[in-house]
Amino acid sequence: MSNVKKRLLKEKIAKVAMQLSGITITGSLFFIIGTILYKGLPYLSWEMISQAPKGGFYIGKEGGILNAILGSLYLATFSTMLATLIGIPISIFLNVYVKSGSFLERSCKLLFDVLFGIPSIVYGAIAFSIMVWMGIRASLLGGIITITLLTIPIVVRTIDELLKTIPIDLKHVTFSLGATRWELAKILLKYIKPGIFTAILLAFGRAIGDVAGVLLTTGFSDNLPKYVDEPAATLPLAIFFQLSSPIPEVQGRAYASALVLTFIILIIVICTHLLASKQQKHKI
Amino acid sequence: MYTSSSIQTAETQDLVNTSIPHIQIKDLNVTIEGKRILKNINLSIPNNSVTSIIGPSGCGKTTLLKTLNRLVDDTKGVEITGSVLVNGEDLYAKDAEVTHIRKKMGLLSQKPFPLPMSIFDNVAYGPRIHGEKNKKVLTQIVETQLRNVGLWEEVKDRLEASATRLSIGQQQRLCLARGLAVKPEIILGDESTSALDPVSTQTIENLLIALKQDYTIVLVTHILRQARRVSDYIIFVYNGEIIEFGKTDDVLLNPQNEITQQYVKGFIS
Amino acid sequence: MNWRLIKDKLIQRSFATMLALSLVVIILILAGLSFKSIPLLRAESLGAILTESVWSPLNGSFGFLPFIMGTIWVTFISLIIAAPLCILASAYLVEYASEALRRMVLPLVNVLAAIPPVLYGVWGVLFVVPFLSQYVAPIVGAETTGYTVFAGGIVLAVMIFPIMMSIMVEVLQTIPYELKAASLSLGATKWETIVKVILVKAKPGLIAAVVLGISRAFGETIAVLMVCGNIPQIPKSFFDAGYPLPALIANNFGEMMSIPLYDSALMFAALLLFVLIFGFNLISRLILNRLEGKS
Repeated sequence: MSNVKKRLLKEKIAKVAMQLSGITITGSLFFIIGTILYKGLPYLSWEMISQAPKGGFYIGKEGGILNAILGSLYLATFSTMLATLIGIPISIFLNVYVKSGSFLERSCKLLFDVLFGIPSIVYGAIAFSIMVWMGIRASLLGGIITITLLTIPIVVRTIDELLKTIPIDLKHVTFSLGATRWELAKILLKYIKPGIFTAILLAFGRAIGDVAGVLLTTGFSDNLPKYVDEPAATLPLAIFFQLSSPIPEVQGRAYASALVLTFIILIIVICTHLLASKQQKHKI
Repeated sequence: MYTSSSIQTAETQDLVNTSIPHIQIKDLNVTIEGKRILKNINLSIPNNSVTSIIGPSGCGKTTLLKTLNRLVDDTKGVEITGSVLVNGEDLYAKDAEVTHIRKKMGLLSQKPFPLPMSIFDNVAYGPRIHGEKNKKVLTQIVETQLRNVGLWEEVKDRLEASATRLSIGQQQRLCLARGLAVKPEIILGDESTSALDPVSTQTIENLLIALKQDYTIVLVTHILRQARRVSDYIIFVYNGEIIEFGKTDDVLLNPQNEITQQYVKGFIS
Repeated sequence: MNWRLIKDKLIQRSFATMLALSLVVIILILAGLSFKSIPLLRAESLGAILTESVWSPLNGSFGFLPFIMGTIWVTFISLIIAAPLCILASAYLVEYASEALRRMVLPLVNVLAAIPPVLYGVWGVLFVVPFLSQYVAPIVGAETTGYTVFAGGIVLAVMIFPIMMSIMVEVLQTIPYELKAASLSLGATKWETIVKVILVKAKPGLIAAVVLGISRAFGETIAVLMVCGNIPQIPKSFFDAGYPLPALIANNFGEMMSIPLYDSALMFAALLLFVLIFGFNLISRLILNRLEGKS
């Protein structure tokens, strides 16, 4: 009998341990957001998000981080657009034009899976040295190209996951109406439309949050971004730079900037979630 | 077991009124990833009638159906030899154009798959991609085909509604209408009633019987009673080979082959 | 009719071109990195670069050992924190939790994945670093600023939670119900079933998840850079500062041009990262693909 009791006790302890692990993992999310909210909120002001840095901003004087917010939005928007325009055709090609199960399909998909894991610092490093070699200085364009390369695998993979969920019979039925592969592709795209937005948002989130890729390629500037061939500020970099300042006021702004970035990310996450539930409903 | 030549002769006796059968299969072999799925298939499917392919699951009956419109091409590791002639034209000829071939064959799949668009657009989809732009003509086609499948009265007031809102039985009839709208010559059904309730099943069955006046219909089914209800001819497939082919009553009531007898009596499934 | 087919062919060509181009980029990256690393490899042998511990670019000595060890330390610490937590939590979610709880927790884990690295870094600076220096270090009698490999490991652990969790949950869900039923019907408790049957059966998938976690931790740059201290030394304990490879690249790229071989050394660091992570990812994806094919 005591053996059984011991086993049941073990079961109970294990269950508690598992619950605690789960709470730690999900709790860390709230903890991180909470910390940033707690530290950043006192420093957040309208001036912060509506103005570019003025003279002496980095020693605690007036100005804001509008340059970085705009820079990040431009960077993320353009690179996401490019990545979508390149990534969706690649996904379509691999799922519609290439015979399913073929070596080409499997190896390409594997490659994009692997590329998904390559850190942005590697992309940044190689882009930087190419730019140096070609005599191009750090600029918004350099950042856009680097981040596009970084986000293409995300788009390809997400769209691929979506296309996988479409029953093969839909493909067959459309073919049997005499549709060409491109006409089938259009039907499939229509079918996964909400999911495409999810993919775009995912890529956008990754693009707007990346530091290592832009650190070397985009540079930094106190001016509002106007031209693509000039350096531009980005929000994550602004956070990074301000945080390394010894002046408390500037550090506070780093927390507030982090809060702004958190808000942007949370908006993206919520939109993604809403779209995802829409995609679920659409399924047959 | 019938040899290929005896199938041919048994066949031609019944087909005095038609010159060439729509579908002729000659020495067809299908291998998928090294496994022989269909072995030496020789067959002429009679025009303007319903032919059911029956057989235990995994015997190759669906593959046989899919070779008819070359959807089998899409399978991983597939190799096909032999020929399938539709109106004398070889589907597997090197210069054969697949979309053109497929247009001739309407497919009614296991579950209804309405396209993600309105009821109207579903039916109009085929004619549209084949170049019909005239709104009047399209409206005419949609009405005719929806009437053909007995759906017109039920949906005429909500043609712009999403097709996914229809009941599953209605959806299957819509899919049939959509297939008919591209003016196929042949209708292929892949267990087309397996997802439907008995009433919808009966509707579809009656539709198929009515449609055989204008079309050649080939069905895959694993329900023997359904095969008896709707078909004029039956092909019994076992292990990738055609074991028996003949008129429905002959095959079901008086099977020549021992395996067919066992299958019909329910000993193998 | 013909136009449709031509259009179809044209689109096929252009899509194939896009695919080819994006694959070429990878080859370009690899070629570029290798090409740039050549000068360093000419000056010193590969063995020497990887095992020497003196890093002094001005004197021309490029020993990568401190950085390799820094990376290994933070990765190792993050793993011993994250792997057990993730295994326990995902086992709970799959075996015990209700559908409703699962549906609530998994999206939250995905939110964790969406948080940019720099915010993890901010959190590390605001919480982990002071917490370590004020509360944890005194307990073990160590004196530290808190900017340590330990801090890096903790931040990284939280960062790799999502990827490990989501894959582990997926892997555990593929374990057939019959297997669990067989164990339970022999009188095993749920926990015994998890340890002796489910986790054993799921081992390859779990390993793949851990390896993906490792490669994520390996390449993470900014968050680690913010909390690790960045001193080029070989860490001896949890409370020593370290200097992982990605941080080395990020910190020094700006000034590399003026010092001979410096850029080659940094490119070599990037190449090292690329090859290692590519390898790690490839292995784990192959394992996962095989598992997916089986189920």
